[in-house]
Amino acid sequence: MRILQIDKKDWSAGLEKSRKDYTLIGPVKEGNNVSKFKELAAGEEPDFSITTTTMSPKSVVFPQSEVMFTFTTDSASADCNIMKVPEKSYSPRAVIGIRPFDAVAMKIVKMNFDTPDYQDPYWCDAYAACTFIGLAITDPEACDFSTSTGTGPFDTSGLDVLLVDAGDYYLAEVVTDKGDSWIQSASFDQEADAESVEILHSMRKEAKKKIESTVEFANIDKKETLDLYNEKYWDSISFPCLNCGTCTYVCPTCWCFDIQDEMAHKNGRRMKNWDSCMFPNFTIHTTGHNPRNTKLMRVRQRFMHKLKYHQSKYNMGIMCVGCGRCVTSCPVNIDIREVCKQMNS
Amino acid sequence: MHTYIDKIREIASRLLKEEAVEMVIGYQEGTLPMISPPMSVRSAEDVEKLTWSSHCCINLANYLTDIKGKVAVFAKGCDCRSIVNHIAEGKVKREDVVIIGVPCNGMMERRTISNIFGDEIEEVVEEADGTVIVRGKGREEKYQKSDLLRQCCRVCVHKNPVLYDELVADPVAIPEDIQRYKEVEKIEAREIDKRWKFFENLISTCIRCYACRDACPTCYCPTCFVDEAQPQWVGKGDDEPDVMTFHILRAFHTAGRCTDCGACVSACPMGINMRAFTKKLEKDCLDLWDWEAGLTSDMRPALETFTPSDPEDNFK
Repeated sequence: MRILQIDKKDWSAGLEKSRKDYTLIGPVKEGNNVSKFKELAAGEEPDFSITTTTMSPKSVVFPQSEVMFTFTTDSASADCNIMKVPEKSYSPRAVIGIRPFDAVAMKIVKMNFDTPDYQDPYWCDAYAACTFIGLAITDPEACDFSTSTGTGPFDTSGLDVLLVDAGDYYLAEVVTDKGDSWIQSASFDQEADAESVEILHSMRKEAKKKIESTVEFANIDKKETLDLYNEKYWDSISFPCLNCGTCTYVCPTCWCFDIQDEMAHKNGRRMKNWDSCMFPNFTIHTTGHNPRNTKLMRVRQRFMHKLKYHQSKYNMGIMCVGCGRCVTSCPVNIDIREVCKQMNS
Repeated sequence: MHTYIDKIREIASRLLKEEAVEMVIGYQEGTLPMISPPMSVRSAEDVEKLTWSSHCCINLANYLTDIKGKVAVFAKGCDCRSIVNHIAEGKVKREDVVIIGVPCNGMMERRTISNIFGDEIEEVVEEADGTVIVRGKGREEKYQKSDLLRQCCRVCVHKNPVLYDELVADPVAIPEDIQRYKEVEKIEAREIDKRWKFFENLISTCIRCYACRDACPTCYCPTCFVDEAQPQWVGKGDDEPDVMTFHILRAFHTAGRCTDCGACVSACPMGINMRAFTKKLEKDCLDLWDWEAGLTSDMRPALETFTPSDPEDNFK
């Protein structure tokens, strides 16, 4: 595919132009220096100064709370007890400034919501509506270990376009036809010269070299599940854990949700809310029995799922892209890199 | 290296060698700068892993709830008051816990330092004179610890442990000019609708991960009201009224029990200062009933008891 050169002084105009065909979504700062992806209001631009947003962009496709159906239990209504899908817009949305590892995370989450047997229509429709205009990571953060999880700072595998900040201009590597459509909508049309293409390649190499944090997990796959399960180290790993949902909520690959009916008088709605394997409620049965009733069991489950079960089931590596969010956000510094090291040793 | 560390290891080692306790709960070095996470040590050989720093923000009383066997715990002034509260509420028996008091000069949060420094931080070094050197990529800044302290530590008047079996060091001095409720008074002074707006803004980034609740020693309900399914008191999604209900009810449930340890704020991944709720309740308990949480285990907390002399102005 082609590589374009976008002068930074033309960036805003192109972005605005593309609004006629796309809803724009991008990283923004809010509150006490936290950041997330949200729909950009007219004139609002994605904040490219943020490398890793506090919250991952998974919410663009998989919102924390989503109405699946509305219903009424009013017997006087013709629609009594009929589940209705609320009207939703799946018009094209361009996710501007998504980082390469987060786009790869979308593909991992896809394995759960879009299978040959079952497709979650809410997730699939939202994903199909997205064009991912990625932004390469030229200055990786200390907790970024994405190169060892099979992705990296310039990885295009989850993207439609990869933007590279080259100083006065962006280089835009067009990866898919979908990406090309957005580029055309924004009227970016200056082909990059050979020298700029060379710059892109050398920046890619430089960025990869800057990532010093790594994980190794080849041995985990070879080990017996029960041997890992019965390891003594789960005790010390889980001790500080508060069993809050932070790691799972900031994680771009955690896909678990809970379905809840909310009623007000006779009107109700069926919600799909994020859930977390760290919560005791996650596995409680209607009998009151909870098969994962201790902190140790819940912590072990999270790491076994990420680093062992996922690989055993799909044979496509670990369920982690190395963004480092859980490492930096965990209130008690439970570090997946350290856990991975112990499991792999 | 903090001057307390050798003493901390010496005490832990002695207690484990003498088999006075089965486990010592303290802090370990983190994998990132500016965080010292909790840990437990069961063998004298492992006491070298214990540490102390100005980043011991998590309240260790939280790890004592319903614990079995005899344990020792390192406790700052606020942690200590939470332990007293635990004893008063029957969550821990005094004879089961060896309290090693740690006089405290205040803790610093990662988020505050990061916000002030701006760039990613690689190293933080604290000098004995209170200078804090912060290093990032190709940059170094010097600050005074007093400017980086957590808000709760700035207004703390209980820096020294109130109940202990031994102390790690001599008690620290408590400044006399601390204005404990300045931040509350500022909120109180707002018009009622602006006050509501303030709290709406405060929680607007909440993701309901419950880190605040889970880091809080007083939040030990076997099933928190937000987790109840029958009846379901509150929606579990991200609707603002549900999020607000969680925060307000949680705050009221800690009234007269909260020791303003600040663990909730330190734990919050979104940097929400939920102390804006709890500090007001602390002030009310002091104003109305002359009650401060965790100073004695002989009395029930303010909202759990009454006397005929209680003021009734608040019943309207």
